[in-house]
Amino acid sequence: MRDVSIIGTGITKFGELWDKSLRQLGLETGLAAISDAEITSKDIDALYIGNMAAGSTLQQEHVSALIADYCGLTEQNIPATRVEAASASGGLALRQAYMAIAGGFIDIAVVGGAEKMTDVSDSESTYAISMGSDEQWESKAGATFTSLHAIIAQSHMNKYGTTREELSAISSKNHYHASMNPLAQFPFTLNIEVISNSGMVSSPLRMLDCAPNSDGAAAVVLCATEKAKRMNKKSIKIIGSGQASDTLSLHHRKELYKLPAIGIAAKRAFQSCNKKPKDLDLIEIHDNYTISEIIALEEIGIFKPGEAAKKSFEGETKLGGKIPVNTSGGLKARGHAPGATGIAQIIEIVQQLRGEAGNRQVKNAKIGMAENHGGTAATAVVHILEAE
Amino acid sequence: MSVPRFWRELDARYNLIGSHCKITDTYHYPRRSFNPKAGRESIGNMDDYQFKGTGEIIGATVVHQAQEGYEMFGPYCIAIIELDEGPRITSQIVDCEPKTVMPGMKVKSVFRKLGQDSESGILHYGTKFILIELPKTDNNDEETLNDIEL
Repeated sequence: MRDVSIIGTGITKFGELWDKSLRQLGLETGLAAISDAEITSKDIDALYIGNMAAGSTLQQEHVSALIADYCGLTEQNIPATRVEAASASGGLALRQAYMAIAGGFIDIAVVGGAEKMTDVSDSESTYAISMGSDEQWESKAGATFTSLHAIIAQSHMNKYGTTREELSAISSKNHYHASMNPLAQFPFTLNIEVISNSGMVSSPLRMLDCAPNSDGAAAVVLCATEKAKRMNKKSIKIIGSGQASDTLSLHHRKELYKLPAIGIAAKRAFQSCNKKPKDLDLIEIHDNYTISEIIALEEIGIFKPGEAAKKSFEGETKLGGKIPVNTSGGLKARGHAPGATGIAQIIEIVQQLRGEAGNRQVKNAKIGMAENHGGTAATAVVHILEAE
Repeated sequence: MSVPRFWRELDARYNLIGSHCKITDTYHYPRRSFNPKAGRESIGNMDDYQFKGTGEIIGATVVHQAQEGYEMFGPYCIAIIELDEGPRITSQIVDCEPKTVMPGMKVKSVFRKLGQDSESGILHYGTKFILIELPKTDNNDEETLNDIEL
């Protein structure tokens, strides 16, 4: 197996990008990424696209060919592949390209994630997101995507005594980080009291516990490390990768206060590079809801089960704390454009490891992790990156 | 939802029909022709089984922002129920004050309308659950019950 490095990144602001189409977003980030990598389209062997919902939000499938076409890559008839695993689509697209390069099939790939969630009404985009859970036996029974996470949150509160203020502290911390990220959808701070008193969506989860449904795109260029060295590229190495699945329906899991696929994917990623949780300098977590960040930190092994909420409340996951989490602002405050989210997480880690994160720079960051999951974590994908 | 897609699950939805695996003596809902725990030996050994419809609440939430088609119910309770035979199911708990539903409470199934495709579209019926014993609160008077569930 060959080593694989990231040699270029491109990302848009996340939010309500009404003046931009999916193909335009794909083009902008793709061009930015190959410019950053200082390569040309002729150098690219394959294109991978993470996209969750174009079929239901844009009535457009086959977005791999669409993006390849508008990026000018059909001139060379590039192999273009779309990867879909609900909100884990981006992270999983990255993993496909990683495996193709590590396996020696190709040398250079562009991995893009793009999503348009605001071309449709709120209720339509919210329903599109819920398609990551079991449409027939959860959604059709009246269970919204938030209500499934609310049951998880309530179960975690009952098991470990997690409090309303601890949930709010996650959201508040992520907003604080986003206030230093010019590309974040909500680059402003919010205090715990405001979050704790926001409108109830599904008890105990309130509006400001929930990530938005955003438009956005992100792209990275992956290259075999040996080739990147020959080409003298600034690069960040992908040292670990892990993936796991779980039952599609939440109700088929034994314990509702866990998201086991995240823990298994993380364990596989750690094993693939012989690292441990304590080796990490920062993490991007898939905080589609505040409770997801708490449980993911427990699953990955940063904190013992039942302790993540308390430790986060005490500031251990804040910039300057023991292990900064979601320095980008996370899904909550940077924004959540499902197919693009997994790639946006990777780009935040790359910027941090390059030392280019500006005001939100984690000092001496050497190793970072990105955790991306889909549905109620029926798919989880975890990557570990190291500065070279 | 398309007619065939709903139609082929009618008995599962109306009558709580699932499967019993003869190899492991375990129950499954919804119906499966293959038991992941028993592997391919289970194929041909999964018999239809009608659940008694009684069970216990494992987790619950009150939905304030209803999904499309469920606005008339809001706020409503969605819960994960463990049926007495073992399998779990996600369903709405009706005929009670939604916030009083707690893990550990006993429930039984009832036949109700789930929704409809459009104003003139086909109606979807299926199973919801009610509490076997209503909790003793001030809100359990007739008027409140009528307000919550028609």
